[in-house]
Amino acid sequence: MPAEAFHEWLRQEGRIVIVGASLAGLRAAETLRAEGFAGSLTMIGDEPHEPYDRPPLSKAVLLGKASPDHTELPRRRDIDATWRLGVAAAGLDMAARRVRLADGEEVPYDRLLIATGVHSRPWPKEEEAQLDGVFVLRTRDDAVRLHRRMKGPPRRVLVIGAGFTGSEIASACRDQGIAVTVAERADAPLVGALGGVIGAVAAELHRENGVDLRTGIMVTGLEGDTTGRVRVAHLSDGSSVETDVVVVSLGASRNTGWLAGSGLGAGPRGIACDAGCRAFDFRGIVTDDIYVAGDVARSPHPLFGYQFLSLEHWGNAVAQAEVAAHNMISAGADRRPHMWVPAFWSSQFGVNIKSVGVPSMGEEVMITQGSLTERRFVGVYGYQGRVIAAVSFDNTRWLEFYQRLIETGAPFPVEFPTVDRRPEGRKPVPADFPDPSLPTHGPTVTLSGYSPADRQLVFTPARH
Amino acid sequence: MTNGPLLQRITDYANRADPYPLYEELRRTPVLHEEEDGPYAVSSYYDILGLLHDPRVSSDATNLIAAGADELSGPEATGLPPSFIRLDPPEHDRLRRIANSSFGPPHRPDRIDSMSGELGGIVTELIDGFGDARQIDLVDQFAYPFPVTVICRLLGVPREDEPRFRTWVDPIVAALDPETRQRTDDDFQRASQEARMQLGMYLAGLVEQRTKEPRDDLLSDLAASHGTDGTMSMMEVLSTAVLLLIAGHETTVNLITNGMLTLLRHPEYLHRLREDPGLSVRIVEELLRYEPPVQLVPQRTCVADIDLRGVTIPKGARIWLMLAAGNRDPERFADPDRFDPDREDIEHLGFGSGIHICFGAPLARREAQLALAELARRLDNPRLVEDPPPYRRNAVLRGPRHLNIAVNSVRS
Repeated sequence: MPAEAFHEWLRQEGRIVIVGASLAGLRAAETLRAEGFAGSLTMIGDEPHEPYDRPPLSKAVLLGKASPDHTELPRRRDIDATWRLGVAAAGLDMAARRVRLADGEEVPYDRLLIATGVHSRPWPKEEEAQLDGVFVLRTRDDAVRLHRRMKGPPRRVLVIGAGFTGSEIASACRDQGIAVTVAERADAPLVGALGGVIGAVAAELHRENGVDLRTGIMVTGLEGDTTGRVRVAHLSDGSSVETDVVVVSLGASRNTGWLAGSGLGAGPRGIACDAGCRAFDFRGIVTDDIYVAGDVARSPHPLFGYQFLSLEHWGNAVAQAEVAAHNMISAGADRRPHMWVPAFWSSQFGVNIKSVGVPSMGEEVMITQGSLTERRFVGVYGYQGRVIAAVSFDNTRWLEFYQRLIETGAPFPVEFPTVDRRPEGRKPVPADFPDPSLPTHGPTVTLSGYSPADRQLVFTPARH
Repeated sequence: MTNGPLLQRITDYANRADPYPLYEELRRTPVLHEEEDGPYAVSSYYDILGLLHDPRVSSDATNLIAAGADELSGPEATGLPPSFIRLDPPEHDRLRRIANSSFGPPHRPDRIDSMSGELGGIVTELIDGFGDARQIDLVDQFAYPFPVTVICRLLGVPREDEPRFRTWVDPIVAALDPETRQRTDDDFQRASQEARMQLGMYLAGLVEQRTKEPRDDLLSDLAASHGTDGTMSMMEVLSTAVLLLIAGHETTVNLITNGMLTLLRHPEYLHRLREDPGLSVRIVEELLRYEPPVQLVPQRTCVADIDLRGVTIPKGARIWLMLAAGNRDPERFADPDRFDPDREDIEHLGFGSGIHICFGAPLARREAQLALAELARRLDNPRLVEDPPPYRRNAVLRGPRHLNIAVNSVRS
């Protein structure tokens, strides 16, 4: 069948299967229908719930300001899909174009979108992880369980890992007057994502808000009482913390286990794909019927030297899903690249934190507006003489400008004057990221390609 | 009508009723600099958006005076310090944050929402006041008194003092207009500064009262914020109160009037709005794009050279951000000259963007939505008596001075 006729047939009668019924999966389905896909659509999700929004789970829900049952994602349109919820995908037969489900059933497809996202890295010692009172926070069910226990209230909560989620949980605890200890392997919170300079500001935030913050330390073991409830945590400095709730917040792993042996280029870092969201097989050959989007995808980005990036970012999931869906039902020349600029936000201790670009690539950071001591500032990260990222504390509204600097490969350090430029921002300082070979809770952007070098690059993001 | 420089034609009152063809001409030179001491006018959507987020662009009154762009002098001349709209961070952020703590989230997320019933009551009262008239002036009888009543209640300013403060507000607002500034001499500037001082003194009396007997209003909140560390000084309280009082009604009157005018020119939407009051949300958003009450922002200057579309805007130059032109930029909006509340994407510049994004936007939206929905429901067969209607002089805050509407009756 000629390509044009094939795509016409695909649009009218094709079978599209989406594995992953969360943000990326839903937005992809909506885009498919919006662009006129009239064939059959199957949504497969391992959770029993229809797509819901995750950011509130570690913020409003934990604060009791929103019910975990009411964080449904707003629907953009009816998607007329067959829903297979509460059953995980268990295997993929690329040759036969079939997805095998955990209940043994097989679902055939003409086009497959994989949007299975990530799961929380559990406490590595399985027996200890089973103790009553030990939680992770990723899903709505996790949030329900944790929230219930927080209402107790607990005498003390221990958060293991001070990345964004861990810090948000600590913030929610303090907001409700619950004693909380945070244990972080690195020297400050958020260092994996933002580096030590900004991490020091985050550490102040924790301490000023009454968090018992322990850094440069590891939790070596959790111990339960005779009824199997967690009672105490042992730390690497020989100290211990009496606690009745432990939240393990050690970052996330990509949900690719079900693809083992399928022949797809999938591994712990995600599923490699091209800029058009088409998955690679394990030989590095691009497929044309399997697409990936969201946290599980790992794609080359021209702005960052074609490094393969996987992003745990809400906005990326939406943008990538839209591109993937469009490309799935479009012939070659109509396809679009996904070139979203990484952007991430968090809210903790009353402060709004947002980053654009890839801070963890930054060698140096300089404060171009505001001041670290006031904790209201914009910091710019430099890599090999160009601007690679920016972060703001309570200064979100300037970030669009810095995004443009990143997109145009603007030189670093930033020489020009700006409003609210203080003396401390006049010179760059080392951004102080930990040695990447040492594990921390992990950044929100995982780099896995070669390094960017070309500062002449002019990046034009898609506007459609 | 003059045939002189384009910016002069845009500010010329003769073109007030329909400046949009001039904006189209303007967009052909996205960074227009016509005269040596003149401003750099920026008219395309993405450029405006970029500059609104650009930390090299300053709103600081002192920088503006240096650039010869501002009608407001420093504290020596008026006795009142600049309000946060004329300040850069960190001062801007501090004052806006304090003002916001009694107005919006996170401290008062429900302030505007909880006023809905009260707003509805004011609307009903005003429309009831039309009686059995067959013709009404929408501006004098509705679009002006409505937001004035609302901002008075919100701030805690006695509504019956309106004639008093209006005599001060008018010269202050007139001074915002570039055309007026060109026409008049220093006396005019002094009159505006004098009026601002008078208004400030009037509000000082109220603030003093509220310090002694606080009520549930913004003046009480602002007064209470006075005196302790990291809060407003008395003079800052007054500047903020002047700003909120003026901005609280001088723009909304145009949003409502432009809205009704547009709906009367597009009766299918007036009809749909009558059937479905919920449509007012989309209608107001599209209005903010299609007929924005603030047409341009003339009070910006840059603290560094800015390269834009091959033009270097030199440090210290004045910048005019032509919001209304950007809102109809075909690079950004499909079929931009069409009034289409059904469009999926209405991300307009009507409230500006960046750190100075309209402080009162949630209130203005709610007021306009309620007002238009109720007018659509209650006016039986409304017709425009004259089209175009007579406009106010101001080129920045653009809207009809009168909007005479004939009706068959006013429904109950």
